[in-house]
Amino acid sequence: MPKSKWTPLWLLLLLPYFGLLFAGLYNKAAPDLFGFPFFYWYQLLWVPITSVLIYIVYRSVADDE
Amino acid sequence: MTNDLDYPAISVFVFFFLLVTVMGFVAARWRRPATLAHIDEWGLGGRQFGTWITWFLIGGDFYTAYTVIAVPALVYGVGAYGFFALPYTIIVYPFVFAVMPLLWRVAKDGNHVTAADVVHARYQSRSLELAVAITGIIATMPYIALQLIGMAAVIKALGLTGEIPLILAFLVLALYTYSSGLRAPALIAFVKDTMIYIVVIVAIAFVPLKLGGYAHIFAAADAAFKAKGSGGILLAPAQYLPYATLAFGSALAAFMYPHTLTGVFASKSGNTIRKNAVLLPAYTLLLGLLALLGYMGHVAGLKLTSNTDVVPVLFKTLFPGWFAGFAFAAIGIGALVPAAVMSIGAANLFTRNVWKAYVNPNVSEAGEAKVAKITSMLVKVGALLVILFLPTQFALDLQLLGGLWILQTLPAVIFGLFTSWFRAPALLAGWAAGLSLGTYFSYMDGLKPLHTLTFGDTKYTLYVGLLALVVNIAVTLAVNALMPQRKTAIGAAE
Repeated sequence: MPKSKWTPLWLLLLLPYFGLLFAGLYNKAAPDLFGFPFFYWYQLLWVPITSVLIYIVYRSVADDE
Repeated sequence: MTNDLDYPAISVFVFFFLLVTVMGFVAARWRRPATLAHIDEWGLGGRQFGTWITWFLIGGDFYTAYTVIAVPALVYGVGAYGFFALPYTIIVYPFVFAVMPLLWRVAKDGNHVTAADVVHARYQSRSLELAVAITGIIATMPYIALQLIGMAAVIKALGLTGEIPLILAFLVLALYTYSSGLRAPALIAFVKDTMIYIVVIVAIAFVPLKLGGYAHIFAAADAAFKAKGSGGILLAPAQYLPYATLAFGSALAAFMYPHTLTGVFASKSGNTIRKNAVLLPAYTLLLGLLALLGYMGHVAGLKLTSNTDVVPVLFKTLFPGWFAGFAFAAIGIGALVPAAVMSIGAANLFTRNVWKAYVNPNVSEAGEAKVAKITSMLVKVGALLVILFLPTQFALDLQLLGGLWILQTLPAVIFGLFTSWFRAPALLAGWAAGLSLGTYFSYMDGLKPLHTLTFGDTKYTLYVGLLALVVNIAVTLAVNALMPQRKTAIGAAE
């Protein structure tokens, strides 16, 4: 039903879920960055990463405006 | 905290409050429609909001004043665990990107105003429509009450006592929402969000300078948790699953609420929503940094009567009165935007899916707008009465249950976008099962968001809303599979 064809590119949208839902993988203090323990900067870093991933998929979707 | 009147702070606060009040009433003329006496205009702003308006509106509506107060308060109280709001507000966007443009398209094509409209058109079932509508209304009421709690916290920090300021603020809000509809919060959101961005950027830049840098802030917070014997700046291994399930469950629930869906339906196009899924995470960055104010509260050695006071007291302690007033105005106005959109979302549901469905099916377009306006007023008065006369804990408990309940509408609202296999009785059975089991578990656990499942020796503690959703989907699948299949499906996926 989606107007835009489904492409494997859409799988990129799953990466934030893998990156963030296994808390054991990033629940540590080192290495720190600008005083932020790893736990904090790693999760904050996923904000721009997610934006970019969504943008990549966005470009492949036809504009329906 | 002291209760002395802080005149510079109060002046700045009152100035911005008056500014947005004027804007709220002027909004009726903004992007002027032929008539506001139509629910598409009053309740959805004419479905014409482009990328930037939608960004401000959904941003202002999803990241509420209560969030600004509550997330740092939770981080102050328990540490890393309170940070689940960050993964939550990241993983919500791939979901929004993939699903919400489809929902928008269905709503636009069918002139649907609410999620329950979409469900009714899809399944031709009045019971399923009513289930979705009532769940939405009931889940939204305590959410509005929470915005009042956020506003009450900053009014208290200004040194104002009594309930008159709160009542006054809400009265003003109710009046301009009544007259301008969704245009009012959309216009005010520009001011609110700009102010919040300024406040947070100043706070995260200057507070560490005053308190000795981020490394010191984290170290001091860690020491404070160790001294207290609970919490910490990293998760305990037993918190991994609660952390992840709370983030995931909250992300799925977030865009089932009437206020977020109102923002989605008010957009001009599916593409507007897609662009916003790319751009809205900017607010998440803000929220993540804001959460750290909770740790800064430890370093500043604040003496608090309640964790909820951490943000207001931190600003009062570290900044001059006028800037504290600016910050409090940002939070106070931050309460008005979501409260307005929430009351509009609930009013749309009542008008379309209760009034039009059961009371007066022949209601005119102007009549619909009238009912919605009056309902939005009643919803807000109801929330105000809850805050004035019932314990705060009541609103908090209801809000927790509200999240669990609204999540149970997901299969009915979303599944039909992708397949025509599901039928109304199955979805209704799943909704009822998830809702009742989830509420039962939550009630038995003393209204806590987490439930522990025991399989032999292993225990799994997870977010009860997500658990209820799993039960909901399992029951839906089972009932649907057992039902005799029709030869021809009514209404294909599009």
